[in-house]
Parts: sequence; C-alpha cells; structure tokens
Amino acid sequence: MPSIAKPVAIHPSLHKNDLGLTVRDYEGTMSTLCAGCGHDSVTAAIIRALWELSTPPHMLAKMSGIGCSSKTPTYFVSGAHGFNSAHGRMAPIATGANAANRELTYIGISGDGDSLSIGLGHMCHAIRRNVKMLYIIENNGVYGLTKGQFSASADVGSKSKRGEPNRMAPIDSVSLGLSLGATFIARSFSGDKEQLVPILKAGLAHRGFAIVDVISPCVTFNDHVGSTKSYLYTRQHTRRITESDFVPPADEILATIGNTGTTTVTMHDGSVVRFTAVPKDYDPTNRQRVTSYLQEHQGQGEVVTGLLYLDESVPDLHEMSNSPDGALSKIPYEKLCPGAAELAKLQEEYR
Amino acid sequence: MHQLLRTRVNDFAVKLANVNGTGSASANGLLMQAIFRMGIPVSGKNLFPSNIQGLPTWYEIRVNKDGHTARALDYDLIVAMNSQTYARDVREVREGGYILYDSSWPLDKSLIRDDVTYLGVPLAQLCNDHFKDPRERILMKNIAYAGAMIAAIDVDMEIVTQLLDEKFSKKKALRESNLTALKLGYDYAKQNFQCPLPFYLEKMDTTADKILIDGNTATALGCVYAGVTVAAWYPITPSTSVMDAFRAFCDQYRRDPETGKNNCLILQAEDELAAIGMVIGAAWNGARSFTSTSGPGISLMGELLGLAYYAEIPAVIMDIQRVGPSTGMPTRTQQGDIMACAYASHGDTKHILLFPSNPAECFEFAVKSFDLAERFQTPVFMLSDLDIGMNDWVVPRLTWDDAYRPDRGRVLDLSEIEKLSKFLRYTNEDENHIASRTLPGVHSKGAFFTRGSGHNKFGAYTEMPDEYQDVVERLLRKHKAAAKFVPPAIIQKRDGARVGIVTLGGCDPAVREAIELLPQHGIDADFMRIRGFPFGEEVEAFLNAHEINFIVEQNRDAQLRSLLTLETGVAKEKLRSVLAFGGFPLSAKNVIDGIFEHADINLGELTNAIHR
Repeated sequence: MPSIAKPVAIHPSLHKNDLGLTVRDYEGTMSTLCAGCGHDSVTAAIIRALWELSTPPHMLAKMSGIGCSSKTPTYFVSGAHGFNSAHGRMAPIATGANAANRELTYIGISGDGDSLSIGLGHMCHAIRRNVKMLYIIENNGVYGLTKGQFSASADVGSKSKRGEPNRMAPIDSVSLGLSLGATFIARSFSGDKEQLVPILKAGLAHRGFAIVDVISPCVTFNDHVGSTKSYLYTRQHTRRITESDFVPPADEILATIGNTGTTTVTMHDGSVVRFTAVPKDYDPTNRQRVTSYLQEHQGQGEVVTGLLYLDESVPDLHEMSNSPDGALSKIPYEKLCPGAAELAKLQEEYR
Repeated sequence: MHQLLRTRVNDFAVKLANVNGTGSASANGLLMQAIFRMGIPVSGKNLFPSNIQGLPTWYEIRVNKDGHTARALDYDLIVAMNSQTYARDVREVREGGYILYDSSWPLDKSLIRDDVTYLGVPLAQLCNDHFKDPRERILMKNIAYAGAMIAAIDVDMEIVTQLLDEKFSKKKALRESNLTALKLGYDYAKQNFQCPLPFYLEKMDTTADKILIDGNTATALGCVYAGVTVAAWYPITPSTSVMDAFRAFCDQYRRDPETGKNNCLILQAEDELAAIGMVIGAAWNGARSFTSTSGPGISLMGELLGLAYYAEIPAVIMDIQRVGPSTGMPTRTQQGDIMACAYASHGDTKHILLFPSNPAECFEFAVKSFDLAERFQTPVFMLSDLDIGMNDWVVPRLTWDDAYRPDRGRVLDLSEIEKLSKFLRYTNEDENHIASRTLPGVHSKGAFFTRGSGHNKFGAYTEMPDEYQDVVERLLRKHKAAAKFVPPAIIQKRDGARVGIVTLGGCDPAVREAIELLPQHGIDADFMRIRGFPFGEEVEAFLNAHEINFIVEQNRDAQLRSLLTLETGVAKEKLRSVLAFGGFPLSAKNVIDGIFEHADINLGELTNAIHR
C-alpha cells in the first residue's frame, strides 16, 4: 500500500468552512483500497463531517489498528497526526493519547476483526471508561487483508466466497455496546452518506465514547450472493429507524429547535442532535426500549440503522478522574515536581 | 544453657517463621525499624507465599556492624511460630543457636536438637489471659514474641516505645494493647532466660543519614519527581506496590491546590497489552508515562514494545522481576527477564535497560528512565526485582537537585515547526542518530503518520529493501549511542587481582561481601556492577582485563553472561557463571560456593601473589 499524494489543485468554487478551509483541506492521500470498497465512502463521510464541523486539522488525532479499515486514516486530514498502531490495540493507545491530551478530537477507525476479535476486550473497556472519542467500526464481516476469512461479525448462514456457511453466532457491536453501558451507539451503511454524516458529527460532539458501526461491504471478498454484508443484502434489509440532524452550538440555531415530532438531545458541548424516529415509539434515550426494539427487528433479519442510543449524562474518563480542564501533557514541570525540600521532609517518614 | 556461641555484638541473623495473614508483618517490621533506629546496619527479607492467609511465611533480619546486609544463610535465632514448618525451621538454626517457640503447647520430641537452646515462651497462653477478642489474641501473639526478642537481643525499648507512639498516635487503644503484649513477652523472657543472648545489639551511628525504604516505593517516588502525568498498569505481584505507592504520592503531591484537580491520571488497564498501549499513546501525545509490571506482563507487552521501538515512541516500563517461566513463583525473586527485555518483541529490536541495585538507585534510575526514553524516543526498561522492590533496605537519603529539568528530547515546538517547509519524521538525525519528532495538536505542518508498518526515513509507507534498511540501521546506531548515556558500571579494584566478579541489580551486597571474604580463600577479585544496557566501553575493558570473570546473576540461563557474549567482543571462555535462581535473595555464600564449583579453573594460579 504505497501512499499516493493527490494533486493539490483546488477549484475556486469550493465552499469554505468557518476556518476558511475547503473540503479538500480535509482530504488525505489517495486510497489504495479496492475500487468500490465501502471504507472509502466512510472516509468521504468523515471528511465531510469534519469539514462541516470546522475541526482544525491539527487538533484531530486519527487512531487505528491493523486491517483494511485501519489503513484509511491516511486517506483523510493530512494535517492531523495519525497513528496506525497494532492489530486490535487502537483502543488502549487512543485511551492513553486521550488521557495525555483531552483537548484534541479523537477518531478511531477500526474493523470487525480489529474490534470484535483481537481487540474485543480493549473495545469493551474503552466503552466502560467512556473515553471521549468517535470509534468507527467499518464492518464487512470478513478479513480482507488476509483474503476472505470470516470475522466475528459474520451472520449465521452467511456464505463465504468459497460457499461455506458460517455457523457461529455473530458478535454484534450494537447489542454489546448496549449491554456494556455505551453512551452513544449508532449503526449506518457506508452507502448512505446522508444518514452517516450527521451521525458522525453527533458522535464527534458526544461527551464520551461514541461507537458507530458502519456496514461497509467488502467488494472483493464479501459482496456475493449469500453474504449478509453485501451491498445488495444491506440495501434490501436496512430499516432506518431514526433520521438525525446535528446542530452545532450556536444560539440562533438553538432557537429554531423544537419542531414537533422530533426528539432533541443537547450534547455536552452545547450542540444539539435532533432525531426523527420513524417508528413513533422509538426513544433513543431509553436503553431498555432500544434493547428490546433492536432484538425484535434484528431477529427478523433487519439491519436497523440510525442513531440508536444516546446518553449525555455519563461523565467521560477525565471527568471520572477529576482531571484538569487542559491537557495533562501541558502542565508545566514546576507544578509536577514536589522539589528537594519536600523530599527531605517526606523521608522523615522513612526513618 | 549452651555456650557454644562466642559473644557477638551487632553481627547475627534471626529468622522468624510465621503463618501469613496473622499480622506478623507488623511485629517483624517493628523489630527491623527499631534496629535501624539504633544506628546498626540491618536488612530484612520477607519470604512470603503467593497466598493471602494460612501459608508459611518467613522474615529474616540480619544485623552486621560492617554493613554486610545481604541475605544470611546461617541463623543464630529462629522464632518458630508456625507449627507447619517447625521441622524445617529447627533444622536451619546453626549449631549452638537458639529457637524461640510458643510453649503453650509441648514441642514434639522429634523437633528436639541437642545442640541448640530452646526458649519456650507461652505466647498463646499469655495473650489468651490478657486479651478477650479472638482476632486480637492472634495479632498480639506476634507483638508478644517481638517483646521476647527485644529482651533476648537487647533492642532499645525506648526506641520501640517511640515507634509505637508514632504508629498509633491516633489509635490510643491499639497503642495500649501493643504495649501490653510487648511487655508480656519481654517480662517473660527477662524472668526466664539469661538475657541478652550471647549475640545482641549495641547502638551505633551508621544510619543517621539513611532511610529505610522499599524499592517499589522509591520507584514510584522517582516517577512523581520525573513529572509523570499518565500511568497505566495491570495488577501483578510483585509490581503492584509501585502503582499503589504512586497513587498515594499523587494524592499527596498531584492534587492541584487551587483547583483540586488531579495532575496525573492513573489507568488500571484490562491487561498488560492495554497498559503498554496506553503508555505508548500517552507518550506519543507528549506526556511522561510509565507502566509497572513483572515477567508475565513483559511477555504480553511484546508486540507493542516492538511498535514503540520501530515507530520511535518513548515508553518507560518498570519491570519488578519475579521467578519465571510462566506463572512461576510470583512471590520469589529472580533476574529472569534480562534477555526478554533486552530484545523484547519480534524482528530486530534492542532496548535500553537500567539495573538498579537498591531503592536509592530505583529512585535515581526511575527519573533517568524518562530522560532516556524521551531523549532516545524508545522504550526503556528499569529492571528491579522482588527483593529490591518489596523488601525494606537501608539506603542513603534520597537527594534532589531543584535545577533538574526533564530531558524531553528532540521535540519540535510551534516556532520550529512553522519554520519548516515540510516535516519529515525520520530525517534530520543528530549525532546520536535521533530524529526530531512533533506532537499532535501543535501545527498541521508537523503532522505525520505514525506507523508500525514498514516506513522510509520520511515516515511514509514502504516495502522497499533499501528504504526499510535505512531506517532500521539507524535504529541500531541509535541504540549503540545510548551506551554513553546509561549509568556507567561501578568498578572497584583490588591490588593485583586477576579475577573479575561481575554482577547486576540486587546481587550487589552479596557480591561485595563475597569479595571481602574471598581473600580468606586466597582469591582477590575486582568488582564490576553493570547498571545499564547497551554496555558502555568500561564493561568490555573490565572483562578483557581479567583472565577470568565470574558473572553472578539470579537466573538459570546466565542471561547477563549471554548478553555480554552477544553484545561485546569478549571471548566466551573468559566469562564463567555463578547462578543462584531458586527465588530467595542472594547470599555471599551462594557467590563463594558458586565460584568454587568451577573446579576446572585453577583458582590457585589466579591468586594474588600475596596469598600464595
């Protein structure tokens, strides 16, 4: 996967965001994934979301593990530091990075192998710690880089390219997240940018750990008849249950909120997420109702998408740890070292 | 009463055999601390089981006026409080020694030796008569034997009382019951035995400028002084007390007086893989960060240690070694992780190691670890062990230079980044082959992609042989350059010595004592204690200057010797092993016996002319 730079020509008609940056300023190097890969659509949605939010590129940290999905952080925001770490270990590395500097925006890109097999334990604990980050699972049910083995998210009965069916129950990140107390859970489809972009924006504004599972078909190894993670299957079985809209923190916009039929949740930073639930009784803030709804519909073979669950009341890692408002890494050394006189005094206790 | 022992002042060893979970640790600690306060060189070795309650545990106190405080192998007095281990304990006392036991019950005839003296104190009976609460009866039995000991070896009662006053300043009732129990044992011993015994204590003045501290506490304190703001760990014996102490120090020193916020974040990870991942993530983001662990944790951290090495990210690992392989013996000491740390991870990796020998060096080297990790942008391991980490050692008072500022290494700041036309991560190497790095959140021009996959010197992905080699060859040069920055070996020469004795870490006091005893056997030996890897030039020079070097270490496979063989040009034949790896702290006897096991070496020929 050589990295290929994109030409820098910028069309004069491109819109600029609040920072005066165009969407091109949020791009990375050329993707080296297979043509038609769902992951590239996710990358495009991330670029869009960050541009719309006017996130300063240098204030973003892009974290990933290993796998096709984990390669994608090079394909967006070249002006941000990225960390393509080790298979399954993105969550702890992102946790440590976040611990050191809470001022940055963290996006973790992972896959179903990275998050639901080798790194499953780490993801669960990142959920428990409510590390403030957007954690995207680009879920295609298959190991791409090693050529087509089932992943832990493969559905029972789903057929591999060679025709053998998977017989083991899948690990579903959404149900898992609900049971672990995740505070932001969404599922979307890489082919549905209209739905995905507002979800990503809401996830970036979330108080803690925002898990977004994106069904992202693998065109090479898992886009055939018999696969439950193909474009066709996903399109045919998707049930969009919430339409969400994200409103950044700004007084004049806030004043317009309150149209009937929508639920609004104020995020920790003052921004607002508006939901329109397609089934009228769906309340994305009621964990029990969400759990039973999802169980019922997933049991019918439906891929339920949307912002499925949200709780802005749970403190994140730093709030739980009573951290200072700024980055721990920036505290001047003078404030950290107790000094020689204190050392002398302390040692009287060791006499 | 036997009078086989000649009178000895401040030169003897006591072993206390207890059942764990009964509160004996506080009685033993009290005796140890009182002797320390009497100004006498002393050491205490806690030989405890991997268990919470009910298994045998021993505590050994050695006093030595000449300052030899390595583990003793001979015991003058055994306090036999554990009937499960009576037989073994009785065997271990030296001929003419003493056994203090609880005479509330008769001693089995099989335990009677006719060359030792038995001091029966009805401890249980005395405590049952004076205390009502069953738990208190058990706890106070320990304090009562301490009382008998105080009489038997002449511990300064004023000091003991003072210690109890300090310890129980806020718990008056406990102070009273402790004093009562102490007096029960003390009075009984005074009334029934000829006190003191032929070996006893007399005040000295060797400890006024010293402290009594364990290595894990000192390590934690070093991390506070180094300016750590993120720590991550998974609980594992014997390293747990590093983070326990670190947390306590953070409560004391890192709560912002103005805001009440915590200027340090401690993450209890889900496993060691996560712990090292968190450390790497935090260090990548500019925080000083460390983890504390032991051998099994090092094994688990392997993959990410390679990532930090290859991607050049600082990380500090405090490895408190225990007996391996596998779960091994978690509460026994060993130096078994030397090779595992030196080359941790797959592929070509080499790491910087520091070997402290006592708690004072733990403090000093802990700080040094962060300076080296950030200067060389690489993992640094400080290899302590259970003996250093969990036993109290008498060491010089720790000192601190307020002029110290952390060496953050080559990190470009905003103004430096702004001046660049383009930042290229692994170019622009300095004389130590270190490239400059940037931190996230400073400027988009400084942004780069950190990766554990193949990269060229610009930080870009590569699969090309020359580009790959270019980077890893620089890493090798960088590692070699670190030799000048690790603490140099301590070398002590004797006139005309032709033999060298080389060691590391907590073997130090035993080896030093052995070197003083060896002239009695006709051998003069020079001493070298290695304190860091990569090895400095002085290490190779010392080895080459001696016809034979005995490498003394606590593992089966001669790991230090192996590392010396691999990483210096010294002929293998010059390096002979002295190994003691059963899990207890090293004694001088282990060293001397080990040297004489090399029957093929004509030690006579290597002997200094003075002794011939």
